[in-house]
Amino acid sequence: MMTPLPSSFKDWFSRRGWHIHPHQQAMLDKASEPALMLIAPTGGGKTLAGFLPSLIELSGGTHDGLHTLYVSPLKALAADIKRNLRTPVEEMGLPIRIEDRTGDTSYTQKRRQRADPPHILLTTPESLALLTSYEDAPRIFKGLQRVIVDEIHALAESKRGDQLMLALSRLQTLAPGLRRVGLSATVEDPKAIADELAAHPDPCTIINADPGPDPDISMLVTNEKPPWTGGGAKYAIPAVLAQVKKHKTTLIFHNTRAQAEIFFHNLWLENTDDLPIGIHHGSLSREQREKVEGAMVAGDLRAIVCTGSLDLGIDWGDVDLVIQVGAPKNVKRLVQRIGRANHRYNAPSKALLVPANRFEVVECVAALEAVKAHDLDGDPKGPGPRDVLCQHILIRACAGPFDADTLFNEIKSVGSYTGLSRAGFDDCLDFCATGGYALRAYDKWKRLLQTADGNWQLRDPRAAQRIRMNIGTIQDTDTLKVRLKGNFKPLGEVEEAFAATLTPGDTFLIGGKIVRYENLKEMTVEVTRRADKAPKIATFMGTKFANSTQLSQRILRLFDQPDWPNLPGHTAEWLELQRKFSKLPEADRILVESFPHEGRHHLCAYGFAGRNAMQTLGMLMTQRMEDLGLQPLGFVATDYATLVWGLEQVHDPTPLFQAEHIRDDFETWLSGNAVMKKTFRGAATIAGLIERNLPQARKSGRQATFSSDILYDTLSKYDPDHLMLRITREEAMRGLVDFGRIEEMLARTAGRIDHVALDRVTPLSLPMFLERGRIAVAGAGQDRIIEEEAARLMQEAGVDVL
Amino acid sequence: MNGYEFTFCTMRCMAMPSGALFLPDLDLLCVSDLHLGKSDRIARRSGVMLPPYEVRETLQKLDTDLGITSATTVICLGDSFDDLDAAAGLRDEMRLWLTKLQAGKRWIWIEGNHDPGPIDLGGTHMQDATFGTLSFRHIATSASSEVSGHYHPKHRIAGRSRPAFLYDQERLIMPAYGAYTGGLASHAPVLRKLFQRQPIAIMTGHKAIPVPLPN
Repeated sequence: MMTPLPSSFKDWFSRRGWHIHPHQQAMLDKASEPALMLIAPTGGGKTLAGFLPSLIELSGGTHDGLHTLYVSPLKALAADIKRNLRTPVEEMGLPIRIEDRTGDTSYTQKRRQRADPPHILLTTPESLALLTSYEDAPRIFKGLQRVIVDEIHALAESKRGDQLMLALSRLQTLAPGLRRVGLSATVEDPKAIADELAAHPDPCTIINADPGPDPDISMLVTNEKPPWTGGGAKYAIPAVLAQVKKHKTTLIFHNTRAQAEIFFHNLWLENTDDLPIGIHHGSLSREQREKVEGAMVAGDLRAIVCTGSLDLGIDWGDVDLVIQVGAPKNVKRLVQRIGRANHRYNAPSKALLVPANRFEVVECVAALEAVKAHDLDGDPKGPGPRDVLCQHILIRACAGPFDADTLFNEIKSVGSYTGLSRAGFDDCLDFCATGGYALRAYDKWKRLLQTADGNWQLRDPRAAQRIRMNIGTIQDTDTLKVRLKGNFKPLGEVEEAFAATLTPGDTFLIGGKIVRYENLKEMTVEVTRRADKAPKIATFMGTKFANSTQLSQRILRLFDQPDWPNLPGHTAEWLELQRKFSKLPEADRILVESFPHEGRHHLCAYGFAGRNAMQTLGMLMTQRMEDLGLQPLGFVATDYATLVWGLEQVHDPTPLFQAEHIRDDFETWLSGNAVMKKTFRGAATIAGLIERNLPQARKSGRQATFSSDILYDTLSKYDPDHLMLRITREEAMRGLVDFGRIEEMLARTAGRIDHVALDRVTPLSLPMFLERGRIAVAGAGQDRIIEEEAARLMQEAGVDVL
Repeated sequence: MNGYEFTFCTMRCMAMPSGALFLPDLDLLCVSDLHLGKSDRIARRSGVMLPPYEVRETLQKLDTDLGITSATTVICLGDSFDDLDAAAGLRDEMRLWLTKLQAGKRWIWIEGNHDPGPIDLGGTHMQDATFGTLSFRHIATSASSEVSGHYHPKHRIAGRSRPAFLYDQERLIMPAYGAYTGGLASHAPVLRKLFQRQPIAIMTGHKAIPVPLPN
């Protein structure tokens, strides 16, 4: 049944010379369904398709209050959409008020919005969660008809999506007729996302827009060979500049912020034509980012060096080329990035891959083949995370007394929580109310109390303020602001761990400029422009994505070829060399190489299980080596291998890879390692056990705050079954620990281990040596080195005893 | 044992890896900033309920150290309790444990900024105390031959930060002994200005390790 466009809309379309796209019509036809998901490429009029039914429903001017809620993962996206919606609303003279509400909205504006909500409110999952925490939430959302979740594929990958869907379950109760719409880029499993979007057991119709022509994507050919190691891709800069010159606007994507900074710096050193090129990533200050965004929209920039912070669908105007520097790690993300180029519907997007080193050439070729085969990758998501659920319960408590049964039923309507048991819910409720400790210590100071009528409420209503201040699931690593000495405006942020390694006079890159570290003042890194040295490399750890299973498998299949006509000559030669001196890794065996290097014994194991799992394997291997007295000192892991170095030679690596050993060691190891502590900190912060933000920031009181590691250690020791530890464990298994992929590797290789002992570094292990993120082993070897270092310092200072 | 022996103001001292200071000639054990009842105070004031096991953890540590040293005099150098209500709210089990530890020993509670008043537990409550050549108080003054706490110093070496003793010829500042205590970096100006000369940090952990502070 076709819903015709109202005449005013039809006229507006024809005035602009537009025809309604089939998917826009389909969205209109099915507008009354409880849940709809649209999958469309960028530039396909996706936003309008989402909003068209709202604009039509509101055009009569009879709706009072909030009608449509638009949620996007980025604040900038909300502002962008507000701008874009203004055009049809103004040109058709529609009586519709549109406002955005994000962390950047002023306090007065926010108050006014609560008292008198606009027809269309554009917001983020966090701001929405905050809105639902107010006591007047029922009044604000009373007439709500539609919610549009933009870039739902990006939200669905993280806890932000879970938080959003929990908030929607609240809204569904407050506004029972609420219809849900999701807008997504191309994904490998649309049904999984649709199931999360719909209120269980409602169906969700999926509408596919014409995906357009296949992208025109290839590897950038350079005269210069990619280096053996490193991630800078400096060799490719002349070729990249030549491409920028040939195109109108180029986006140059990098996998990490540090790589983006270094590349940008090097790019400018060779940018003799002074092409206007900017940089954009999440650690730069808001002002800096906005400046670049503004220049981009105005068409003043020829290129932007960027990271994932530009991944999402902001309309950047005429991007006609996307360059991906470094191997893409994940085919789906690559395809979505390529979609950033060319917003003209039905014109192929153009993209170039630039491998940073010889190994990445192989990865890029594998990724290109996957894109051609439309073989997207992704791992199925686990059940709804319970730390987010705990936060949801606290948010619900802020809004006023609640009945546990009602809340439980509401939560069960959320796709990823449909499997939640009552016992699982009660655990979370008990955690929120009493801390959930085996030692029932907080009878007097419970956070939530059950009143005589059976409802739950905050013991101290003032606690609501603190809970609201800590809403959100985004885990920011501890960062420090960087600012020029005597200047108030921050330049950006660096990680605390990086700042700790700085001594006055050290230089580093931020926003493409070299700055000199002067001192640390009240949690701010003060720098000057008096840089007289080459920059220290590391600036940010950034997020490192693991190579997907599918991509790893493709690489192994590529290794298996008798020769490599599909690879550039230099890379084929490199693989030949590896085959000649050692072996190439095979899918059903683990290749282990051992060789001496710089006075240490090295062991390189090729497991191809992705960065996180290979890191876990490194921890387990070094623990076993420690037990065997092999004095390991440290290791580094990449997507394909783990390299361990130590004081003793390993003659037989077989015991290090026995499945039963690995599983047993894993059990003991889990309790005491840094990855678990990091995961714990994340979960405990989300669940409300650790507060990120305090009412009055206590600047001087650093000795008043203590590390969450202490809480982790104490809980592990005295309350090992505590909910937070169970959550930590589950998450670590999937996320940073990724034991699932170790299991996959063990099953695939079934104890078949090839040990090759050599007298020097092998061609394939060479890139490992410049890999960052080396992890020291806190064992006997390390103690020995600390003591030696302390003794050396004592001697140097000429102090024995005072 | 993994302690570090040194001489401070003519007294023989042993910095224990746990963060306690032992004076063998006086059979005296000194610990600072226990902050017992911290989780209780935080829950009372903010609603956040930390794992309520820090009293147990801290007393276990103290019990072990008293066993190793057989000290007959114990000085708790202030901020032994996170506040006076926390002292009053100590669970019976923990109160009993503390009483057992005190049995047969001279036990001195030096008052701190967190616990300025007397507490309803055995032992003597004092503002400061003198033993041998040393005076003991919570917050450092300009006096010499002084042992104090309060600042929770930590020191970082080879990328690892640990609670640490800081000392020069005039004064010694103790690390915090309590389980739920953070720390102040040894290079913080407020700490550095207390020392005339280049102090030495003794890092705690598996083993007490001395290291000079950079100038």
